[in-house]
Amino acid sequence: MSFLLVQALSGLATAATLFLVSSGLTIVFGVTRIVNFAHGSFYMLGAYLGWSLVERFGTGVGGFWASVVAAALGAGALGALMEVALLRRLYRSPELFQLLGTFGVVLVLQDAASWIWGSEDLLGRRAPGLKGSVEILGQPFPLYDLMLIGLGPLVLGLLWLLFNRTRWGTLVRAATQDRDMASALGVDPARLFTGVLFLGSALAGLGGALQVPREAVNLHMDMAIVVEAFVVVVVGGMGSLTGAFLASLLIGQLQAFGILVFPQITLVLVFLFMAVVLVLRPHGLMGRAEETPPTAPAALAPPLTAGRGAGWGAALLLAALALVPLVAGDYALIVLTEMVILALLAASLHLLIGLGGLVSFGHAAWFGLGAYGAALLVKHLGAPMPLALAAAPLVAGIGALIAGWFCVRRSGLYFAMLTLAFAQIVWSVTFQWYGFTGGDNGIVGVWPPPWAAGKAAYYWLTLGLCAGALALLRRAAFAPFGYALRAGRDSALRAESVGIDVRRHQWLAFALAGSAAGLAGGLYAFSKGSVFPTLMAVPVSVDALVMVLMGGIQTVAGPLAGAAVFHLLEAEVMRMTELWRLALGLVIVALVLLFPKGIVGFLADVLADRRRRA
Amino acid sequence: MTAPLLDVAGLEAWYGRAHILTGVDLTVGRGEVVALMGRNGAGKTTTLKAIMGLVGQRAGRVAFEDRAIAALPPHRIARLGVGYVPEDRRIFADLTVEENLEVGRQPPRPGAPAWTPERLFALFPNLAEMRGRRGTRMSGGEQQMLTLARTLMGNPSLLLLDEPSEGLAPIIVRQMAEAVRRLKAEGLSVLVSEQNLSFAAAVADRASVIEKGRVRWTGTMAELMADEAARRAYLAL
Repeated sequence: MSFLLVQALSGLATAATLFLVSSGLTIVFGVTRIVNFAHGSFYMLGAYLGWSLVERFGTGVGGFWASVVAAALGAGALGALMEVALLRRLYRSPELFQLLGTFGVVLVLQDAASWIWGSEDLLGRRAPGLKGSVEILGQPFPLYDLMLIGLGPLVLGLLWLLFNRTRWGTLVRAATQDRDMASALGVDPARLFTGVLFLGSALAGLGGALQVPREAVNLHMDMAIVVEAFVVVVVGGMGSLTGAFLASLLIGQLQAFGILVFPQITLVLVFLFMAVVLVLRPHGLMGRAEETPPTAPAALAPPLTAGRGAGWGAALLLAALALVPLVAGDYALIVLTEMVILALLAASLHLLIGLGGLVSFGHAAWFGLGAYGAALLVKHLGAPMPLALAAAPLVAGIGALIAGWFCVRRSGLYFAMLTLAFAQIVWSVTFQWYGFTGGDNGIVGVWPPPWAAGKAAYYWLTLGLCAGALALLRRAAFAPFGYALRAGRDSALRAESVGIDVRRHQWLAFALAGSAAGLAGGLYAFSKGSVFPTLMAVPVSVDALVMVLMGGIQTVAGPLAGAAVFHLLEAEVMRMTELWRLALGLVIVALVLLFPKGIVGFLADVLADRRRRA
Repeated sequence: MTAPLLDVAGLEAWYGRAHILTGVDLTVGRGEVVALMGRNGAGKTTTLKAIMGLVGQRAGRVAFEDRAIAALPPHRIARLGVGYVPEDRRIFADLTVEENLEVGRQPPRPGAPAWTPERLFALFPNLAEMRGRRGTRMSGGEQQMLTLARTLMGNPSLLLLDEPSEGLAPIIVRQMAEAVRRLKAEGLSVLVSEQNLSFAAAVADRASVIEKGRVRWTGTMAELMADEAARRAYLAL
């Protein structure tokens, strides 16, 4: 009995931290309508700043708390800086750009933190005056955690007062509802939003700084917390403070007791909980329906024509690519093989984004499922490569069929969050199920048989399979199926009224895209000879999005060019510098701000411009 | 002869590629009420929005108190003393009546009437009874009163009033007209866009008639009432 109570109490302490971070995230979303991926980075920076300050000044009670507050203010200042430099230019952009832009900041801050503080875990000083523990029904419980439990409701109360009892809070709520009207009344929305980003980021930084006495500070804190905070915010209802509080409590308890009942799948529990809540209560516990649905990015200029001579161009390109092994060495062939695989991955994601208007943030799940499906068959059943490669799209397709059933029930940001949740489920099962998947040791020794082992032979195999799959995807895009998908993207209501079952088409597209990504994953596994859980982690999903964005959403050929350029860039930058995340992050930010139509879109614009002048 | 309070010359505006205003010229003198008349889609609302800086793409000259404001963002224009009351009553529905007024509050400004919530509640007694009520639970007329009161909290010297009588019951329309006359008596200048000729006749000194994004007729309200040809050409359905 007393053990259960202590377990519940430690769940409450977890909930308090979770609430601090997710309250900031939900405030920022409520006001700016931007899902801020970099929120977790401000949490991490709060922790690092807190660690440095506490090491230096934190021997006394006053010094400790002053350090914590200073760390929070530092994180807040960075958040405000990000608003001025980046977010301000993205308020009217499609959500894909907003998500990617803030993810670029994540990468930049990650490398910055590793450059300043190093990659070793940092253990912080315990909080002076709160080092001991108290007896609760005979069980010891840390005093510091007790303090955290009190802090959660205190912050909720203060935030409520701020938003409901001050002029600033009233203005923020007004600008949240109608930015233009507020500005017509003399309110400067830009300054208000900078303030909101300061507040939200400072809350994240506070949450991070308060972790210093509890756990080691490291470079993985950012993604871990931001994904959890997403779940809290989505479960609570995006933009709702009390919803975030409630959801934090529930998820804190779920984690505290989940670890007793199902220690293997605690991570899965959280995401399953979110999926169930979203299906039962589409807008979360306390959320309300969006008044204006977010715009689909592709709605700007949908690809309507197949392009003259596209078929000839493709055949020519394919022939040229098939001849490369006659002149190129092994290294070039390895890079090229990966490039072709990534092109299929990007094209499969483009089917969802470009044609369906569905921005998936978890596409790596299907890539990884395909890779693991193939690798597991080889490892456990000794299956030959052709069988394993045939199974890859099948496994991924079935996975996508199941996840898709949930995901297509929602659109816009919620769709993105659901796909992210499913990717995290797949990732955490792979990561935690040591006995079957090998956990983070991965599976090694997945090599092709002798006839395909040569770099050239495997390249030709990859090229043939990917070209076939790409032709199929392209065919789907310009078949009635593709038209129906685009109709659903541009106006779900009108599409429904002419008899198109939009959800069903989206579901099928999700499964199709998933199995194409699965084939890419299977090919990738045999090209590398091994698979690891990182294949299905968030960064891979983002890489795929960047390829699509780089190439341009509005063109069918875009993702292929995007994958090629992205992979070359990645290979080159990684050879040149340790700080490749920083470089990639800056590239993403630049893309989002300067080339929103991507490479192919940009070139097409330039060509059209020249033709008009000629 | 002093310069007019508001001087608009060659004002153009676009929504995307649609060229809505092709060259609007009009003036509002100090203490004057000017009616901007015209049919549906003639460009009345766009004119007011373009003056307020709420239209993305615009060109031309807008001077307020001899200051060029065409390039300023909306909040700067508002802080100079231009009050904008939209036609679609964009009250902040999640905020109470008092909070809506708070959003509009700006410091008092010389040469313009100074408003407090108490003075506004005296002008619009209906609102006084629902200070703590949220916007979602108000009737259309009450919302229109609140929109006007909220803008007055900014102590403007010029009011841009967009179709105040649209969709309101006749008794509320009469109250609105009475309110506009009271405001004029307080020394406020008003540019009111209106389709309702009798409402315009009840409040305005002068009229500018707009058709296809351009002002086609300007004169006193009495002249417009007498000029049947102009009324038939630009206003009749």
